[in-house]
Amino acid sequence: MKPRTRSRVTGILGRVYLGAILLFLYAPILVMAAMSFNASEFYQLPFTFSTEWYERVWRNDLILNAAARSVWIAVVVTVVATVLGTAASVALWRYDFRGKRALQVLLFPPIAIPWLITGTAMLIFFFGVGIGRGTPAVIIGHVALALPYVIVVVTARLATFDRTLEEAARSLGARPWMVTRAVMLPWIAPGVIAGALFAFAVSFDQFVISYFLSEPGDSTLPVLIYTAIRKGFTPEINAISTIIIAVSMVVMLIAARFTKFGGER
Amino acid sequence: MSEVRVEGLSKHYGAARALDDVTLTFPDGGFFGLLGPSGSGKTTLLRAIAGFVEPTAGGVFIGDRPVVDVPVEAREIGMVFQNYALFPNMSVADNVAFGLRVRGTARGEIDKRVGDALELVQLGPLGARRPHELSGGQRQRVAMARAIVTRPRVLLLDEPLSALDKALRVDMQIELKRIQREVGITTIFVTHDQEEALTLSDRIGILKGGRLIREGRPQEVYSDPGDVFTARFLGEANVIEGTGSGDWLDLPGARVARPEGATTIAVRPEHLSVTVDRPDGPNALQARLRQRIFAGAMGTCVLDWNGQMLKAVARHEEFSDLPESGPVWVSWAPRHARGLKAD
Repeated sequence: MKPRTRSRVTGILGRVYLGAILLFLYAPILVMAAMSFNASEFYQLPFTFSTEWYERVWRNDLILNAAARSVWIAVVVTVVATVLGTAASVALWRYDFRGKRALQVLLFPPIAIPWLITGTAMLIFFFGVGIGRGTPAVIIGHVALALPYVIVVVTARLATFDRTLEEAARSLGARPWMVTRAVMLPWIAPGVIAGALFAFAVSFDQFVISYFLSEPGDSTLPVLIYTAIRKGFTPEINAISTIIIAVSMVVMLIAARFTKFGGER
Repeated sequence: MSEVRVEGLSKHYGAARALDDVTLTFPDGGFFGLLGPSGSGKTTLLRAIAGFVEPTAGGVFIGDRPVVDVPVEAREIGMVFQNYALFPNMSVADNVAFGLRVRGTARGEIDKRVGDALELVQLGPLGARRPHELSGGQRQRVAMARAIVTRPRVLLLDEPLSALDKALRVDMQIELKRIQREVGITTIFVTHDQEEALTLSDRIGILKGGRLIREGRPQEVYSDPGDVFTARFLGEANVIEGTGSGDWLDLPGARVARPEGATTIAVRPEHLSVTVDRPDGPNALQARLRQRIFAGAMGTCVLDWNGQMLKAVARHEEFSDLPESGPVWVSWAPRHARGLKAD
């Protein structure tokens, strides 16, 4: 085969492969999104456009309450995890202490441990120490999950911070807190924002931990959806899921923009 | 403005001694160059004065105030960093204003002093620019303005010109000297560039292996280096060893005038004469001319004397009678030979 033909063939194969990946990733989501706008309750075709299922979601207090709870839990988790995670990253960057390396390594396994196992462990632990189930337990659990993401993202950004900027600020009379606020935070802001968005996404999309740790009656949105599916599937679920996917994708795209292009400033 | 003093200053990292018992006074209003090869401790000394390095032993005094226990931010210093360390998120004016803002200076006063400082470094109209929009030389000026606007007691410069290209560096040397004279601030600067140190400094200190081995006015140190290391480090030197007897130094096949008591002497390349015929007088060595190098106004002769390389430098016309290579005589006036302590 001539090189030119071969490269054309691999080019075509590459595009087919890429297309297949995108198809497998997005086809189910697109079908679900389409069906959320279909008038038929039983996915019958032909497709008739309707916003009925969205209207039903809007009138369904159970779903709205769960959505509201999901959002405010995610907001609390974002604030707590971002503040703690940023402070931890700055401390890891600024100070050398015994066991620092071990501590940094220990941050990673929670990302890899299956949530089912983390959730079980948390449930047992929280009962052991008397926190039990409920919203506080959910928030603590989510913060614990989100923290490593924030630290990883902020630490990556901090690695590009020029240490002499800190020294310059101190030589000009700035106390450590002023140095952090006026010089370091503006530099790492893109990393902090990206970390916050990751934290929000981790909490808002979290099912397993929430399912284990929430009390019946105050479910988050993903838990409510799971429960609803077990009782019987309705296109309302398609509608609410489509909303969640849209919100999550927007959040992750913004996060990706801040992590990827953060170095440009 | 203050005199700065370090007394018995040492900094050990485990067994390594970055600074070893350095005692030195930096005169009030003077421009002091700290010079040495990398690893000599010059940067450690500067950072110990600034407060970034905590000494293992000894004292640092700014004015009469002992500052070893004073944190950097309270030492009233101004510092210019090798990479300038301008705050990238702030405009030029905000960079310069930073030190005044953290001191809580009144707004009107800040504007006036920032304006004056930018005028001083001839960057008046560029206050609104961001650091990344400036050239290397302009960044250097902003770093200077930022460091002096707070009226510090001492100005510390860490290789301030090393990031600039050669032509700009010479301009900035003149500029730096002008600014320092106008402000009259005690200035300590670190460099590995001996020419820069000689050009800028009122006094220089030479460090090696964490120890201060020589200190004095540049001309003084250059013309009488005192030891082999200084002679070779500051400028070039032909170092010649022999055995002494009375007023003479015995060398293989020759005998030359001996500075008092020395067995090692240094002669600067510009003090060596190269001739085809044997010159009158005793200070002459028979050598082989290896190479004549033409470099614009000046020429260099590379010579081989008993397997040792010697160098002679002069306006190149002076060498025009010489062959390209071959046997020659090398001589010098006895007053140009300096006795050296061995290393």
